[in-house]
Amino acid sequence: MANIISDETIDYVSILAKLELSDEEKEQAKKDMGRMLDYIDKLGELDTDDVEPMSHVFPIQNVFREDIVSNSDTREELLSNAPEQKDGMFMVPRTFE
Amino acid sequence: MSLLDMTAVELAAAIKDGKTTAVAALNEVLAQIDAKEDTYHCYVTIDKDAALKQAESVQAEIEAGKLTGPLAGVPVAIKDNMCIKGMLTTCSSKILENFIPTYSAEAVINLQKAGAVIIGKTNMDEFAMGSTTETSAFGVTRNPWNPEHVPGGSSGGSAAAVAAGECFYALGSDTGGSIRQPASFCGVVGMKPTYGLVSRYGLIAYGSSLDQIGPMAKDVTDCAAILNAITSHDEKDSTSVSCQDADFMEALNDDVKGMRIGIPNDYFGEGLDGEVKEAILRASKVLEEKGAIVEQFDLSLVDYAIPTYYTIAAAEASSNLERFDGIKYGYRTQDFKGLHNMYKKTRSEGFGEEVKRRIMLGSFVLSSGYYDAYYLKALKVKALIKKAFDEAFEKYDIILGPVAPTTAPKLGSSLADPIKMYLGDIYTIAVNLAGLPGISLPCGKDKAGLPIGLQLIGNCFEEKKLIRAAYTYEKARGEFPMAVKEVC
Amino acid sequence: MAKEYETVIGLEVHVELATKTKIFCGCATEFGGEPNTHTCPVCTGMPGSLPVLNKQVLEYAIAVGLATNCDITRYGKFDRKNYFYPDNPQNYQISQLYLPICRNGGVEIETKEGGKKIVGIHEIHMEEDAGKLIHDEWEDCSLVDYNRSGVPLIEIVSEPDMRSAEEVIAYLEKLRLIIQYLGASDCKLQEGSMRADVNLSVREAGAEAFGTRTEMKNLNSFKAITRAIEGERERQIDLIEEGKEVVQETRRWDDTKGESYAMRSKEDAQDYRYFPDPDLVPIVVSDEMLDEIRAKQPEFRTEKMLRYKEEYGIPDYDIEIITGTKHMADIFEETVAICNQPKKVSNWLMGETMRLIKEKEVDAEDLRFSPENLARLIALVDTNVINGSVAKEVFEVMFDSDIDPEKYVEEHGLKTVNDEGALRKTIEDVIANNPQSVEDYHNGKEKAIGFLVGQTMKAMKGKADPGMVNKILKELL
Repeated sequence: MANIISDETIDYVSILAKLELSDEEKEQAKKDMGRMLDYIDKLGELDTDDVEPMSHVFPIQNVFREDIVSNSDTREELLSNAPEQKDGMFMVPRTFE
Repeated sequence: MSLLDMTAVELAAAIKDGKTTAVAALNEVLAQIDAKEDTYHCYVTIDKDAALKQAESVQAEIEAGKLTGPLAGVPVAIKDNMCIKGMLTTCSSKILENFIPTYSAEAVINLQKAGAVIIGKTNMDEFAMGSTTETSAFGVTRNPWNPEHVPGGSSGGSAAAVAAGECFYALGSDTGGSIRQPASFCGVVGMKPTYGLVSRYGLIAYGSSLDQIGPMAKDVTDCAAILNAITSHDEKDSTSVSCQDADFMEALNDDVKGMRIGIPNDYFGEGLDGEVKEAILRASKVLEEKGAIVEQFDLSLVDYAIPTYYTIAAAEASSNLERFDGIKYGYRTQDFKGLHNMYKKTRSEGFGEEVKRRIMLGSFVLSSGYYDAYYLKALKVKALIKKAFDEAFEKYDIILGPVAPTTAPKLGSSLADPIKMYLGDIYTIAVNLAGLPGISLPCGKDKAGLPIGLQLIGNCFEEKKLIRAAYTYEKARGEFPMAVKEVC
Repeated sequence: MAKEYETVIGLEVHVELATKTKIFCGCATEFGGEPNTHTCPVCTGMPGSLPVLNKQVLEYAIAVGLATNCDITRYGKFDRKNYFYPDNPQNYQISQLYLPICRNGGVEIETKEGGKKIVGIHEIHMEEDAGKLIHDEWEDCSLVDYNRSGVPLIEIVSEPDMRSAEEVIAYLEKLRLIIQYLGASDCKLQEGSMRADVNLSVREAGAEAFGTRTEMKNLNSFKAITRAIEGERERQIDLIEEGKEVVQETRRWDDTKGESYAMRSKEDAQDYRYFPDPDLVPIVVSDEMLDEIRAKQPEFRTEKMLRYKEEYGIPDYDIEIITGTKHMADIFEETVAICNQPKKVSNWLMGETMRLIKEKEVDAEDLRFSPENLARLIALVDTNVINGSVAKEVFEVMFDSDIDPEKYVEEHGLKTVNDEGALRKTIEDVIANNPQSVEDYHNGKEKAIGFLVGQTMKAMKGKADPGMVNKILKELL
């Protein structure tokens, strides 16, 4: 395997992805990611120096909305799925130290 | 003839003619669900009461002459990644185990306007990540042709429901083959439209630049009728395209004379099952006999499609799935210490293995120092792949090949080796990268009696050519009975 | 001898655009609703929702770019900035990293020494605002309100061209004036519709290389900005003098304590994984679009000042003050348009308005009285319906709550009494009751008449025409 994923990398990516992996899962993740990256490295065979990256397949551009208010108060609906709420707001663990 | 043997368009005609009713059709389907759902497990949610109410009101509108379309009164199943107002929508994930949307996907609204009666939500690979419907948090779906086998995925519940007569047609979504491959495995017709033809509003995103909603049905005629209903230019979706020429039923012509069909040599290499290969080549002969000009050619870059796809799809997914954080909706972990621990535990407990694998990969390829080498590189290769298709479509009207290298594998045989599973997407994935329309339709069975799917690929917005070719093949092939008639 | 240090400052200024709706959905941007009432699936990150760009946001951003001499990007995109925080419902913010809408601009400011200098603008990009977090002491948790989530912002990133707090303030005032004149934002620091993050480093005077910079957040007044700059400058110099290193970090300024502290967390990787948002399509700015926006650009201050001089003939000093905020200039022009008396309108603005602004500590942008009512008030004085001192009284009420002066005068019985008989009767009483003053007057003390006028006005509750009072008094004496 050409790509060896370190513990540090897995820990770092877990912070980015907000995932908590058990030791066992970490080992598996290291293996899986290494194999996938080996596979993706195949793209290196292609010379793409003069190629523009393509995010959209067609030239759709300039899709706009007019600045017209269209919403109504749907707070009750909005909060209907909240795990925890209070005073019309979503309740979360404290964010200030 | 049992109502369940009818196609959606046949059923709507029968309802319109007063030979049966929307309610009767629904009851028939519900009875079939009662009989078969324990075995196949096509659905995550079935809402009988809501469906009955809908059937009654649709029937009244049909009788009043207000609903006259070719799908009015027909019961439909919706893949569980499309929001329906007031109906549990889970993406087959624990993290959305209790999510009830307050809005409906545009495609669903369009179907409702056409008089659809929604039965419920079909099972899928979690967040559409998988090719077998085995990554669902709510149990596997079984293939109606043989319950020991997978129905394919990720729209496996939709495909199996159509095949098993647990609905008359269904909506699926296709990011890398998720409509076409399960259609192939279950012996039904599945179509992935051109990117932008059907609004993605209300479709819970996996890979936003690749996702597209499409029909899964018993035949090409149904597919065209469904596509007519769900195609719309939606101002809520910036990537939705306005299509002037959207009467796809006009294209149901049994005529391919002079149509140029290319068969990529690259699709017939190592890994392709012999029986599948034979069936595909036989199908190409059928079209040739009907007057098409069939040629083999080199498409090139086929081997690069999978790594390109997994890089782009994983990157987009890692970002799209960030919103599942235990704050606004869905699952939240019980015990946690502080905000970040809440995020991590919620997401680790709420997402399944395959989803986590892709989120990790996606986060990595976007992370500082790797963006250019992986993500940007993949976007460049995507441009090359698109160019290869552009060149092919200068020579051919349609590209023909297999949907998948094999027929449906046995349950439990795929997940152990993710890369091997990803390789199964080799013939479908490039179509998503290039935004093209593709259709999968049955072209035979293997010795084990499992269906084989033929894939036809068209140029962007040339759905009509695709439908014409598929319809012509279907006519020449003759009837391909659904599993419900043959084995269920 | 102590070393000399130079402060190097660059600014990231966030400005809330004055659109009616949010950047990617049709929710209202107005302030003051109950929590989460200005929300929809898009701005709360509901699964399956999709963003669509508000055209007005693009037009405002381009207008600001043009007015600050930027190059407008002809092919632009939005990118996702990924980070987890509860005020950010998707856990990514839609912003622009790779292809921001404007680049390479600059504005001219006046330096302390009276010279002029250009502060470069590196880029301007469009992005969405976050929601609001409220700390709930009772439950020891935080509460999230998404009313502000998705409100359109532009971020104006300057070059590190400023060297002092004065220059920073001059730059901010210049930006504010330009943007207010464009009508693109009201730019209120206190309310957060203009927010500045300060990037600051110090280096020995004459050094070429920049020092390590820190970024300071939470600065919501010019005073706080000035104090934070002084504080951070000193902190960094102290570190250097002690032989320690300045750490590149984000710091939060606590204006009440007068100090900053690092905002750090091990869960903060500061790796935003930007990539083009696949849900939004590229923005292609055509020549026509630019011409249209250019044609809509309003008259800026310099042009306005020249025009006022020519058209209205009011003093330079008045022009300076009146054009100092767009709102005051608007009131001036609209009132003049109604009453056609530039001098009188200017007097009201320069005199009573400025006095009350000072006294009541109000910002010129917050003036509430309407041009219609000011014109009415001027007409009431012109036609002798009320006298000058009553007018001032009425104006103060107008200043507070924009009442209709005609109605107010009517309802409060403030009209000048023009009935000579009644006035004569009052004056006769005043003369009878103040024999000493009358005597003083006859003994040549001209001033005494002033006292008698005052007594008459008092008896008339201020509603008499002072000219007429004078005339009758002299007659009777």
